[in-house]
This record gives sequence, C-alpha cells and structure tokens, in this order.
Amino acid sequence: MNAKELDRRQREFDAKVANEERIEPKDWMPDDYRKSVLRQMSQHAHSEVIGMQPEGNWITRAPSLSRKVILLAKVQDEAGHGLYLYSAAETLGTSREEMVEALHQGKAKYASIFNYPALTWADMGAIGWLVDSAAIVNQVTLQRTSYGPYSRAMIRICKEESFHQRQGYQIMMVLARGSTEQKFMAQDALDRWWWPSLMMFGPHDAESAHSAKSMQWKLKRESNDQLRQKFVDQTIPQAEFIGLKVPDPDLKWNEDRGHYDFGEIDWDEFWRVVSGNGPCNRQRLTHHIKAQEDGAWVREAMRAYKEKHEHEVQAARSANSAA
Amino acid sequence: MTNHNDLPLFEVFIRSKRGLDHRHVGSLHAEDHEQAMGYARDVYLRRSEGVSIWVVNSSDIVASQESDVEPFYDPMDDKPYRHATHYQLPNEVNNL
Repeated sequence: MNAKELDRRQREFDAKVANEERIEPKDWMPDDYRKSVLRQMSQHAHSEVIGMQPEGNWITRAPSLSRKVILLAKVQDEAGHGLYLYSAAETLGTSREEMVEALHQGKAKYASIFNYPALTWADMGAIGWLVDSAAIVNQVTLQRTSYGPYSRAMIRICKEESFHQRQGYQIMMVLARGSTEQKFMAQDALDRWWWPSLMMFGPHDAESAHSAKSMQWKLKRESNDQLRQKFVDQTIPQAEFIGLKVPDPDLKWNEDRGHYDFGEIDWDEFWRVVSGNGPCNRQRLTHHIKAQEDGAWVREAMRAYKEKHEHEVQAARSANSAA
Repeated sequence: MTNHNDLPLFEVFIRSKRGLDHRHVGSLHAEDHEQAMGYARDVYLRRSEGVSIWVVNSSDIVASQESDVEPFYDPMDDKPYRHATHYQLPNEVNNL
C-alpha cells in the first residue's frame, strides 16, 4: 500500500470513529488499534475465565442448596462470557489457542483482583457485590466501544451480569443482618475486597500507559479515575444501608464536588500484584495450565472422532459413486 | 435450461448498520457464493438496507427443530435464579 492510500484509509478510519460508527472485522484499521483492541479483549476474556477460580472454590461448600445452584449458575455465566470475548477477539485473526498460550507465558494479563484469595463464604458476597459491580461500571461504558464485535459481546454480557451483583449484595445483606459472627464475616470480607476493587480500574489517568490512545480510539469510553469515582459514589450508600463500613478513614462526602472523596490506593501493592507477586498469582496460572493439560485427552478424542467420521463419509461417498 | 431447483440454496444475512449483528433476511438460489452475493445485493439491498452481506450455503446450517424445544428449554424454567428479578432487594438499594 502506498503512502497516499494509507493516508486515505487512516482518514476513513478516523472519520468512522469520530462519527460513533463501529469498526467491523473486515474494515481496515491501524496496526496499533488492532493490537490494542486485541490486548484489551484477550485480557478481558482471560479475566472471565480466571475469575471462575476464586468462586469455584466455594461451590462444594456453599451454605445451602439454593446458594450452591446460584453460584454454579454464576460460574457457568463467567465461562460463557469468556467464550463470547475469545470469539470476539478471534475476529482479529488471532486464535484462542494463541491467546491462551500468551496467558500461560505471562505475556497476556488478566484482572489482578482474581489474585486475591476467597477465604470465607462472605467473600462470595463481596465478590458479587464489589467485584462484579466494578466490572459492570466499566462494561456498561464498553457497550459503546468502537470495535463492533467487542461492543456486541459487552451488550450480551451486561444483560447477564446484573444477577451476579444482586446475588452478591443479597449474601452480604443476609450476613450483615445475621449473628455477630456473620456480621463480622461480612465486614471482614468488605475490608479485604474494598481496596483491590478500587484497583480494578487501573492506575490514575496520568500514569496509565494505554489510556490516552484507547480513549482517542473510543475503545475506552471513560477514564480509569472517572469510572472509579462512579463506583465509589454508587457503592457507599449500599454499604451504609446494610451497616457495613468501608475501610477508608479519608472517605467523606464532598458537597462541592457532589462526589465522595476517598483515600489514596496503595500503589505499591497494585504494581506488586500486577507484576505477578500477589497472594495467588502463581496458583491461578498453575491451575489454568493444569486444567488445560488435563483436558488434552478430550481435544485428542474430538480430533480422532472427526477423522474417523470423515473416513466414514468418504467411504460412503465412494460406495455411492461406485453404485 | 437449468431448473432452478438444481441450484443450491443460500441463506442471506444483512448487517443494516455498523455495530449491529447480521440478521437473516431470506434465501435465494444461486450457482455459487459469488453469484449468491450478487443476487443478494439485487434482491435484498435495493434501498440501502445494509452495509454488509453474508451468504451461507443453506445445507451448511444445522438447525434445531420445534420438536427439540422441550429438551433445549425446559431445564431453564426451574432456574429462576439466573434472572436479576429473582433477588428481592429493599427499595433503597434496588437500583443495583
């Protein structure tokens, strides 16, 4: 492609983005855009799948049959969401196998929040209420992301997510209104999950490596700090309603801004977990690799079945033509 | 003259606008994919109904049948907890 043609395509692409049109898989797009959208979608897909681990951990120990089937349904949804996102990412010409390989080699990331352990049943409440709410705040804006397949996957996912946060909040509500021990469990879970939930929105806008470009491409629709503020503003009244206290001495309502002010995140902890040294990073990845390896015989059997079936079809065809 | 029944059937899907899914609009007979694409344009896109066409050989589509409905959908009826409305929350926090 000569420089003139490249320039024309770039202008066409920029105009589509400016006009709120979606970019579709067969459209020309700048290489950096393709890389960015693939990075974001693969990270999102990996997060859905890795996110099954802390919750899957509690399926066999859910306190009632009802809680157990709810948790099963939720974990099943996460697997489905991972699949929507891998499929959307595959429209860019990178296979799911390649994405999973990049995850295993540590080249692709997933949401750091899942590197924290789910220690008690109350954590199932905190994850649904805080982690899923934080994810939804982000995902609602991503329904308008500029890449068509990503946007459509987000619309489907948002529709299914709302039960996740409601069941989480309901677990917290029941515990917070229960015995002293139960109330303590709920508060303890909030204490441990609050700051990691705020970290889910990423570094401050000024420090975020990919943010500016992603905003310009409309891949991201609102900045990390805007989304984080939105999450804090909506969550504090929910905590107050069930009599739980967010572990932040600097938290207070700011009448002038019309928002809550809140304390500074421990960025050392943030970077430590992102770079692989959170409480469960190695465990999460090792488990994923093991599940992949343990499933090898299933993929092998599917290949063998397909081969056998193809032979049968061919044999039937030649028998027909002979007749 | 070729009987039109001898020509394979193609299903036609149109994306009406960028950002939306392709939707099934109908089918037509054609010699091959290329011709199906041409016919689809003539038949289904005369009034700027879309920005993208998919044509798919009908025989490549595997479809469930009405009679399959029960085994496919029945198990969903006893899983109301998959819906957000299953979780009763007080009005103060019902915007969750």
